[in-house]
Amino acid sequence: MTQSNRIDAGGRVDRSQVLEFTFNGQRYQGFKGDTLASALLANGVNIVNRSFKYSRARGIVAAGAEEPNAVVQLGARADTQVPNVRATQQGLYNGLVARSTNGWPNVQRDVMSWVGRLGGGFMPPGFYYKTFMAPASMWMTYEKYIRMGAGLGRAPTESDPDIYDHMHHHCDVMVIGAGPAGLAAALAAARAGARVILCDEQEEMGGSLLDSRETLDGVAATRWVEQTLKELAGLANVTLLPRTTANGYHDHNFVTLHERRTEHLADTARAAGFSGQSRARLHRVRAGQVVLASGTHERPLVYANNDLPGNMLAGAVSNYIRRYAVVPGNRLVLSTSNDHAYRAALDWQEAGRKVVAIVDARANPDGDLVRQARDSGIRVITNSAVIEARGHQRVTGARVSAVDLERFVVTGKVDELECDTIATSGGYSPVVHLSSHTGTRPQWDEALLGFVPGKVKGMISAGGVAGQFDLGETLADGARAGRQAAQERGFSGAQDIALPATRTRRESPACALYQVPHEKSALRAPKQFVDLQNDVTAAGIEVATREGFESIEHVKRYTALGFGTDQGKLGNINGMAIAARCLDRSIPEVGTTVFRPNYTPVTFGAIVGRHCGELFDPKRYTALHQWHVENGAEFEDVGQWKRPWYFPRTVNGKKETLHEAVNRECLAVREGVGILDASTLGKIDIQGPDAREFLGRVYTNKWAQLAPGRVRYGLMCKDDGMLMDDGTTSCLGDNHFLMTTTTGGAAGVLEWLELWHQTEWPELQVYFNSVTDHWATMTVTGPDARKLLSELTDMDLDRESFKFMDWRDATVAEVPARIFRISFTGELAFEINVQANYALHVWKKLFEHGEKYNLTPYGTETMHVLRAEKGLIIVGQDTDGSVTPEDLGMQWAIGYDKPFPWIGKRALSRPDTLRGDRKQFVGLKPKDPNVVLEEGAQIVFDGKQSIPMDMKGHVTSSYYSASLKHGFALAVVMGGRDRMGQTVYIPMTDGTVYEAEIVSPVFIDPKGERQHV
Amino acid sequence: MFHIFCPYCQEHREEEEFHARGQAHLMRPADPDNTSDEEWGDYLFFRNNPRGIHHEMWVHSVGCRKFFNITRNTVTYDILETYPMGEQPTITADSEKLRKEQGVQTADGGWQTVGAQPESKALNEETSS
Repeated sequence: MTQSNRIDAGGRVDRSQVLEFTFNGQRYQGFKGDTLASALLANGVNIVNRSFKYSRARGIVAAGAEEPNAVVQLGARADTQVPNVRATQQGLYNGLVARSTNGWPNVQRDVMSWVGRLGGGFMPPGFYYKTFMAPASMWMTYEKYIRMGAGLGRAPTESDPDIYDHMHHHCDVMVIGAGPAGLAAALAAARAGARVILCDEQEEMGGSLLDSRETLDGVAATRWVEQTLKELAGLANVTLLPRTTANGYHDHNFVTLHERRTEHLADTARAAGFSGQSRARLHRVRAGQVVLASGTHERPLVYANNDLPGNMLAGAVSNYIRRYAVVPGNRLVLSTSNDHAYRAALDWQEAGRKVVAIVDARANPDGDLVRQARDSGIRVITNSAVIEARGHQRVTGARVSAVDLERFVVTGKVDELECDTIATSGGYSPVVHLSSHTGTRPQWDEALLGFVPGKVKGMISAGGVAGQFDLGETLADGARAGRQAAQERGFSGAQDIALPATRTRRESPACALYQVPHEKSALRAPKQFVDLQNDVTAAGIEVATREGFESIEHVKRYTALGFGTDQGKLGNINGMAIAARCLDRSIPEVGTTVFRPNYTPVTFGAIVGRHCGELFDPKRYTALHQWHVENGAEFEDVGQWKRPWYFPRTVNGKKETLHEAVNRECLAVREGVGILDASTLGKIDIQGPDAREFLGRVYTNKWAQLAPGRVRYGLMCKDDGMLMDDGTTSCLGDNHFLMTTTTGGAAGVLEWLELWHQTEWPELQVYFNSVTDHWATMTVTGPDARKLLSELTDMDLDRESFKFMDWRDATVAEVPARIFRISFTGELAFEINVQANYALHVWKKLFEHGEKYNLTPYGTETMHVLRAEKGLIIVGQDTDGSVTPEDLGMQWAIGYDKPFPWIGKRALSRPDTLRGDRKQFVGLKPKDPNVVLEEGAQIVFDGKQSIPMDMKGHVTSSYYSASLKHGFALAVVMGGRDRMGQTVYIPMTDGTVYEAEIVSPVFIDPKGERQHV
Repeated sequence: MFHIFCPYCQEHREEEEFHARGQAHLMRPADPDNTSDEEWGDYLFFRNNPRGIHHEMWVHSVGCRKFFNITRNTVTYDILETYPMGEQPTITADSEKLRKEQGVQTADGGWQTVGAQPESKALNEETSS
């Protein structure tokens, strides 16, 4: 296919480099330097998409980030799909494959479009809410089909072959936008010596200068761009980031930048010849000062059928002609409210195509550009506007009429002009999105007919975004902003920089024109679109205000104005103006909605960076991890730790299931000896003369008498009396203790101790340090534990000299160790702590000697079953932040008579904590021994009541016990301790109701004899 | 994301290094056993939620592990000062109110709500807490 709209000379494309690409299955050609949009226009492609709600044919409207229609799905392969790419921002490369996101079976013939055509009266704003309201339970079903019909891009179904990364920067001055203001600002700040980052979202830096008719110092403006960029590139204190969108502006001058590094070159970074390099980067910049030079977006006019392909922004028409040598049509009608847009007609005519007329809403425009147009023989129709576009799949004519903007009516005879392109301009909206991200509201400028950024601390806006539309003033404003920003950062030597000479033009003032009146009312006229991406019409806004939505935020939500990836770039001001007219208010009274990050879509790859796969979250391994792997352990995540879950064996060629392995491991501990890697338990070293006093304040139980060599179990509450952690603490010396915490609670407990020490009791001399990783912990437990350990230590392990809850320094397998006689299984147990780097040696020695005792490694699942058989709690499983030590029946661990009012004590006498019907910790024995109750299942006292049942408690832990040969559970039940022996019911979702008896939570060895042997 | 000046490290660090720990200057009643249930309930459960100046406790959790206080504007998110435990803020809602009455511009204060006009006049007033 030929590039019928390409002109022979001019533009910034390289005609010697022909690039092949595919759009909706059709092959086309473009040139190096094209965007996907300019290449499509060069090839005369009219329809690029179907609209979101009405499925109307849509063409390219704009040339930059504000494009609402040409949102495409990019990618040649299943694993390289990128949704939501604006064709206007996508550099063309050889082999590019893109599709429209909407349209089925294709954009030319769309089945859904009958909805759009009939849809006028049938799809008012709020259509989906109103139509699919009832029954509520069906919404999920409706939504699925509505979404399929709507379609806004598809997520890739295969893993991304590329890598992405994050970079963190600090700079003095972050300049956003490399148009005339941004370049001047960067130059001024950089020459002053400030560290500068300059980013720009386009393929090339230069902004409006790249398609400008203006000269700088008498030569083409692009020359100055080249010189300036060359100087900036040569400065060590400047980082230039082209193809980089500042997509979010956050608190305290934190700016996120999305840099596309290879996306303009090929489908993947590898295909672009950058193997091992990232495809995109997210820069996280903490800026001293931000110079916002984001420029303006031209506002389209709102008139009937203004969404037909062939309706474009005036500035975009100039941009395509001057920058890409593409004239997007043959016959142009320009409808404008200002002088500046006249250049579109001049550019069009100079490109050798026909300008049918310029339709100007003002009575007597006579600025320099207006005169130039008249002198060139272009017909200028004043006091008028295009009120309606004619055509089916492309504009074929423009209906033009005189209009009275005060009374909002059409006043004259309607003329129909034959044309294929209607360019419009309703003025220029400063791109205030980024400044709004900070929460600052933009300010209405009446002279400008637009919002300018509100005051943001550490931000200076410059150029177009600050309301400077004259080139000379824009350059000066940029230089001033750059200098000021540098000065703010202490570069006092900042000086004026020499700026190139510009030509001043006489301009006639613009008029306020947003929605153009039509002969018929907005509701009866053909649709007048305000937000093309979300299919919001002027009539829709009118209906919304009539239905009582007065706040612009409500209008936005009711109509979807400014939603989604568009973020109201073209439509917001027009929408507000229409709402203001309907409500008979001024635009500033109606106000703006909030623009949110991201300014344009950012790929998930860039957001995620390297934080995926293996690097998603840190993994923590114990010193014995390799042994566990080699011995076939299945692992479980506990916080960031990888802990052995169970050690399945292969019996007769068949690998044990979890339950088979756990039953075997449990019996081994109860009847012989087992070993657990308990290294992940949190360990906090506590020292200082007030360490003992401190422990007495943070634990519920007593610590005054604990002698060196002894260990005690402690409960830790919050000041509301609820249990937060538990563990043993050993007295290593009079001023020295070792606290253990739950695996998951380690970091939180350390911070908790610091909190109380630093904020409440700074007078106490006590110091905390985490030693979790320094020590490896091996629990040897079972009736044969003493026999086994005695083979490896010279220490006297006799039950009289080394009692339960004692600890000693000893040597195990010739390694210095601490042995703790504590038990989490209810069996005789020794917890051996050695320096982590000796752990594997000791562990292996234990297995050498343990063979004859059938020493069995066990994992967390067996540990859970064994402790539950003994009624020992796990904080966070059997408790949930609403359980007191009293509820757990642990009165023995509460020192009510301790002198200091320890944390949690006072709350235990609040009326709520004294209630008799609190949920109390009990055991449950299912009537059917084969039943293992579901953890989390609700408990009721009457199994036959109707739903909703009166819930009286829930199951917290539940297992099958190989020792007891039946299922058992731990639970919390209202007033449970007074209900021993009673039957409760556990109804399941499938209608089954289990029966269980409330019993003591200690199922094995209730007298605790086994751990004392 | 906040940029927080740690008064102990004496430098600005990224918010990721810190944890917010709620309202600052909460005093645990000195004699809990002789504190009424209501007072104890207030201490445990009730917190200020001011629109404007607020004092918060933060901890430099992956830095120096020290707790400290922040005076922050909950509307603009400006951190007006940070100061060590045991010290009192120099900027408070009252001092800011005074500055306003005297016509002194506060650090980017001013109301900002969703919608150009506040739904009610009360929304536009500074809370005094």
